[in-house]
Amino acid sequence: MRRIRYILQKEFIQVFRDKALLPIIIIIPIVQLVVLSYTATYEIKNIRLVVVDQDHTPTSRELIRQFSGSPYYHLKGNFDNYTEALDYMQKGKTDQILVVEPHFEKNLKTIKKSSVQLITNAINGSAAGVMQSYAVSIINNFHNNILIKEHPLQAKGLPIQTDTLYWYNPELNYFTFMVPGILVLLVTIIGLFLSSMNVVKEKELGTITQLNVTPISKFEFIAGKLIPFWIIAMADLVVGLLLARFWFGIHIVGNPLLLLFVAGVYLVLILSLGLFISTLAQTMQQSMFISWFFLVIFILMSGLFTPIESMPVWAQQIDLVNPIAYFIKINRMIMLKGSVFSDIKSDFFILSGYAAAMVVFSTLRYRKTS
Amino acid sequence: MSLAVKIKNVSKSYPNAEALKSITLDIGPNELFGFIGPDGAGKTTLFRILTSLILPDKGTGSIGNFDIVKDYRKIRKEVGYMPGRFSLYGDLTVEENLQFYARLFNTSIKENYDLIEDVYKQIEPFKKRRAADLSGGMKQKLALSCALIHKPQLIILDEPTTGVDAISRKEFWALLKSMQQKGITILVSTPYMDEAALCDRVALMQEGNILTIDRPGQIVQDFSGKILGIKTNQMHALLNDLLQMEQPERVYRFGAFVHLVTHDNPDACAKKVRSHLEAKGHQNIMIQEQPASIEDCFLALMHKPETP
Repeated sequence: MRRIRYILQKEFIQVFRDKALLPIIIIIPIVQLVVLSYTATYEIKNIRLVVVDQDHTPTSRELIRQFSGSPYYHLKGNFDNYTEALDYMQKGKTDQILVVEPHFEKNLKTIKKSSVQLITNAINGSAAGVMQSYAVSIINNFHNNILIKEHPLQAKGLPIQTDTLYWYNPELNYFTFMVPGILVLLVTIIGLFLSSMNVVKEKELGTITQLNVTPISKFEFIAGKLIPFWIIAMADLVVGLLLARFWFGIHIVGNPLLLLFVAGVYLVLILSLGLFISTLAQTMQQSMFISWFFLVIFILMSGLFTPIESMPVWAQQIDLVNPIAYFIKINRMIMLKGSVFSDIKSDFFILSGYAAAMVVFSTLRYRKTS
Repeated sequence: MSLAVKIKNVSKSYPNAEALKSITLDIGPNELFGFIGPDGAGKTTLFRILTSLILPDKGTGSIGNFDIVKDYRKIRKEVGYMPGRFSLYGDLTVEENLQFYARLFNTSIKENYDLIEDVYKQIEPFKKRRAADLSGGMKQKLALSCALIHKPQLIILDEPTTGVDAISRKEFWALLKSMQQKGITILVSTPYMDEAALCDRVALMQEGNILTIDRPGQIVQDFSGKILGIKTNQMHALLNDLLQMEQPERVYRFGAFVHLVTHDNPDACAKKVRSHLEAKGHQNIMIQEQPASIEDCFLALMHKPETP
């Protein structure tokens, strides 16, 4: 057992002496957390809009004013001709085109029915969805105002009013939503790479030969390899949580200690997965590609960017073995919803069982003799 | 107490090569035993089996009273291994490396200092230097120190002098001799024939077989035939011209000479060779009988036709 301590000591000396690795471990996660959290947002500002106003009436101008006055829109120009506007979009100079038909005002007043056309550049599908919904809500608002103006004595606006409340994230703040998820990813990447590369590095350098002829046991070796990286990844997580709290101002609703406890178990799983990868690989290059393979699949299916609920059933079943999906879910529950242990216990037990199985599995896979 | 090594009918195959073909060996306690042979002879494989890094396909073996397969845990405590490739941590200092291995064996540098003193004091002035920054010879001395730090009864050294300069090689062998005097059994492999003479006994290995095992002096004595060392002014043509002679037994380059092996009367043979070479236009012909070296013996054994 005392040998574990000596391996720990050796690993820490090596990590702190590695001039390239140290900044990777400490600075890069912080930079990534800050940069990604600002950039990974679904909010779209400065949507470029051109207008084809074929009506030229006070009403049509009022509608256009609604757009140009919105913080989300940036009016790029007015065209009389529809094809000119299309050409503008073809050249990539605008994101949306609003076409107001002739007699817009007249039809509205006489037959109580009129239409506008909205053309959205859908090269980026999710952005198009967002732009579309912004435009629709502006038009609805405009519509509502007309109804109130025309029929001040009747019901206030549209027959059915929807009042929307977003629970656990009332302002739909993207930081609140993304930061906990990104934090999970960073800790995962650091943990998986450090552990999967480390043993392979010893293989590549040949140092593992000298280590294998010592009386050190498998268990001691693996514990000695996992614990240092567990400590480093946990330290990264704590720094990340502090940033989330004091930089992004995210209030952690639940118990931070519960979060750290779950993270501790989760990291055992990730590190032993890394160790398992290192038993498969002979070189650091192989190990890196295998790690990336798992990471990319796990991250894209984790529910961070697209909701798991919208994935096909088979993909949701694959997610049953996706450690990142479990932890992002638990993490958001604790940080945003203030879940207590009994709320997360089923996911937590799956995660723990998974971690235990992975430790045993990778320990068995690691061999001192061939 | 030093350990004896016994190996019986050990074989090991890799997917595309037969590394060891039923090797049998008996090494006495406190012997300095050398394994001589070209690359690919199976020396490293044999060492990896003895150090429990790989398992033999067939055969049995023991180190002292420990079975090489079953008692691997005990063997790891009693055996020191120095792999052919430098296998210590380049980013740790000399002292940190030594300390790390000492601790893994539950001992300390201080406790076994007397054993490693001869080796370690040569690199001690550089103990704060990182192992990666040491010269080749110093790396080997550090590796030897690390292999000795747990007071092993047997040390196994895989080509410790390959790629090391001539002076460091000499020093290294002197260190091995002093280790032997401390009661340690030493198994060492080398591709250098001249180092064979420094061992108590050597095994000549080739392609997974042991060609012979004996004292170096005895191997030389057992050489059958005489060797003529030949030198002329046309060293390039010499080998080909000699090969054209009637029934040349064996002709090969050897340092500055070409060696010709004969079982006839050496003087008569020398005359025949001289007249043949003169006819071919060679001048300054020098022919002298030379004593057989280990290398001559090795080459002879390599070419010996298989006797059923």
